[in-house]
Amino acid sequence: MLIEMIVNEEKVQADIKPDMMLLDFLRSINLKSLKRGCDTGNCGLCTVWLDEKPVLSCSVPAVRAKNHKVTTLEGVQKEAEEFSRYLAEEGADQCGYCSPGLIMNVLALKKEIKNPTENQIKEYLAGNLCRCTGYQAQYRALMKYFGIEEEQC
Amino acid sequence: MEDLKFVNKGIVKKDAKALLAGKPVYTDDIAPADCLIIKLLRSPHAHALIEDIKIDTALKVPGIEAIFTYKDVPEDRFTEAGQTFPEPSPDDRLILDQRVRFVGDPVAIVAGRDEASVNRALKMIKVKYQVLEPILDFTKSKDNPIVIHPEDNYVAKNGQGTDPLRNLCASQCRGEGDVDEVLRNCDYVVEEVYHTKAVNQAMMEPFCAFATKDIYGRIKIISSTQIPFHVRRIVARGLNISKSNIRVVKPRIGGGFGAKQTAICEIYPAFVTYKTGKPSKIVFTREECFIHGSPRHEMQMSVRIGADKTGRIKAIDLYTLSNTGAFGEHGPTTVDLSGTKSISLYRDLDAFRFKSEVVYTNVLSAGAYRGYGATQGLFAVESAVNELAHKMNMDPAELREKNIVHEGDRLANYYGQTTNSCALDRCIAKVKEMIDWDKKYPYVQVGPHTVRAVGMALSMQSSGINNCDVGSVQIKLNDDGFYTLMIGCSDMGTGCDTILAQMAADGLGCDFDQIIVRGVDTDQSPYDSGSYASSTTYVTGTAVVKACEKMKQRICEEASSLMGLSGDQVEFDGNLIQEIENPDNFMELKDLVTKLEAGSGNIIEVTQSHTSSVSPPPFMAGAAEIEIDLETGKITPIDYVAVVDCGTVINTNLARVQTEGGIVQGIGMALYEDIQYSEKGRLKNRNFISYKIPTRLDMGRIRVDFESSYEPTGPYGAKSIGEVVINTPSPAIADAVYNGTGLRFRTLPITSEKVFKGLHQK
Repeated sequence: MLIEMIVNEEKVQADIKPDMMLLDFLRSINLKSLKRGCDTGNCGLCTVWLDEKPVLSCSVPAVRAKNHKVTTLEGVQKEAEEFSRYLAEEGADQCGYCSPGLIMNVLALKKEIKNPTENQIKEYLAGNLCRCTGYQAQYRALMKYFGIEEEQC
Repeated sequence: MEDLKFVNKGIVKKDAKALLAGKPVYTDDIAPADCLIIKLLRSPHAHALIEDIKIDTALKVPGIEAIFTYKDVPEDRFTEAGQTFPEPSPDDRLILDQRVRFVGDPVAIVAGRDEASVNRALKMIKVKYQVLEPILDFTKSKDNPIVIHPEDNYVAKNGQGTDPLRNLCASQCRGEGDVDEVLRNCDYVVEEVYHTKAVNQAMMEPFCAFATKDIYGRIKIISSTQIPFHVRRIVARGLNISKSNIRVVKPRIGGGFGAKQTAICEIYPAFVTYKTGKPSKIVFTREECFIHGSPRHEMQMSVRIGADKTGRIKAIDLYTLSNTGAFGEHGPTTVDLSGTKSISLYRDLDAFRFKSEVVYTNVLSAGAYRGYGATQGLFAVESAVNELAHKMNMDPAELREKNIVHEGDRLANYYGQTTNSCALDRCIAKVKEMIDWDKKYPYVQVGPHTVRAVGMALSMQSSGINNCDVGSVQIKLNDDGFYTLMIGCSDMGTGCDTILAQMAADGLGCDFDQIIVRGVDTDQSPYDSGSYASSTTYVTGTAVVKACEKMKQRICEEASSLMGLSGDQVEFDGNLIQEIENPDNFMELKDLVTKLEAGSGNIIEVTQSHTSSVSPPPFMAGAAEIEIDLETGKITPIDYVAVVDCGTVINTNLARVQTEGGIVQGIGMALYEDIQYSEKGRLKNRNFISYKIPTRLDMGRIRVDFESSYEPTGPYGAKSIGEVVINTPSPAIADAVYNGTGLRFRTLPITSEKVFKGLHQK
């Protein structure tokens, strides 16, 4: 079926199968930042924005994005720079595989909640799994990004 | 350390920018679009013989390129374990076998144009099985009438105590002194059995690889692997072709933790491309990573430990039974660490014995997982030490302080080596201070039915495998005086490209950005055993140090020759080559290169390799503080404190993150993670819903510090860091649970449900 959507501010048209997921569609048009880490909507690696809201693209049929706006990390490179720098400075990128999904969710959080508390941050990002860092280095980067004083670390 | 500009600093990873920008740098990101898609038909039975397999209908599905069964593969058995040749794991598998040995064992390889056609074809393959009774309980495997590997072309390796007809993948026994006699004379003895479960590495990037034919018709494999050079050997043997016909390239890797120290999936695209001549790829689903991965070996450990009245530990007796599953990958070697890295924490033992047996069962093959047997052995021995302390009414920290190894001590069960660098005493002291041990031990009541309890454990690991692991690097001097550092070890997110460049920049006296690191391509990189056994910093790092020395020497030789001097009359400060007696007579490095590239001398490239006769252990002390709800059994991690002696810390950020990550994986194993099987041998938890790895909500605070010793045989005094950090959470948390509830758990994981049941049975 024919679909049309705005991906990273560019109009995209494609003829796709109805059961194609947004993740597979975006990767098929060379947007490789988003990854498939599970098949059950648990890992957060495939996080993109659908009309500015973070979604798990593995669980959204591509056709649902028809006539909507989709944003991936490729489309917000400038906006992502500051938080990415904090991650790098902590060594929190490690293998990097979960980073794009995390960054997309963090930027969405920043838009949604102006001054989030630590707990709000943790809850919001609970679905972004990481197996390398134990989350601590990410946490330090998040504290800097949101301008929260770290307790006792 | 003061004059070092990069070593011992928190340098940002060289690949950070690309990774954080989401660049296409991983295996599946760079696979050609025209790759055939490969999927595997898998056995629904834990143990069966294929009586008949029909593929003709499936082959007619449009888009299907090829289907292979056991009838199509080479006859020689091989192993997918990736260690130095001669690989200790037995050659016990075929690419596809007529006998299937676990639920999920591949039965057919299907390659086609796209996923939909391959999925359709998978459903059309008709297999008739003769279902056999499986062995699912590893305590009943040895000498069971059911034999898992009866084949006559099974190849056991020398000295591993293998006997496939008894289902024994490996066995050994060693020791010193008369353990039974010494234990008989001890005032206090603890004798218990501990059980650690199979757990999955759960790296975020699944197993994946693709293959193409290069311009010479050779098989080029691009794989997410920790062991490119071993993959070359493994695939060559699996396909029964010459190694010269295989090239392996490693792009960025999305985590490994040992899972990718087994060539889990490379053989399939290699075989398909070898047979069809077309590019092909395989990307495991998360479910496949669970059912066809390489989890930690399940182990059951019987410990006897004894001490005299004063608290001197006099003997340790350890028997480890390890479950290698259907195949023997890493079976003989993992079990060894359960004894070497646990017993050796304690000095001046009058006797010790370490016996082990590794058995086959009809579950998926185990493999390497960070900690590699040490994690299991340390849960048992460190738990037993805690139990011994309680039996003696002694603070477990004090019992340890009386008995741990110190610098210069001979390590009890560690190949006769002594430790030349050990700050374990300082690690314990610091951990106690950081967690406020004396105030919090054993527990503090914090609510009407909640307590906060603490527990402690120690850990050690290796730094590479001595007289075995090899690291080599090549450094090339380029125009303008920048260097290419060619390495053969795999950065899997750990940051070894960065830390080796830090060492090189300090070794050559140049800026960090002047070092360009080139990762692994077996056609181009100097040989390296691979990134496992905590070897990269220590072994390959020393090769970097040696190569820098050689490079400086060659620079002095070439420059002095152009200056009309001899090599020992000049010195090189990273930029200028100066006459020692007359500093005004100098040459700039970039001018030297310009001259050399214009034919006035020899182009400078150096290669150095390193292997170590010793494997200096890093040490660590860890302490957990947990909150326990005495009504519900709920365990909440509050604080975890770790103090590590990894020798000189090469990258302060990355060493810290390694430690934090290892601890959280360790907490996962202690509290949540547990691969479970149905009665028929079907792996039950095959996704992140049922197999629970820690999320950021499950962690308390984690605090890490370093008490550095200086390892004289290591690069800049460094030892390893990657594995030692995963071992303490299980025994520390188990003792914290005991301290808070009086319940002793000797089987992992210690779930809140188990605590609840325990509390209500009391």
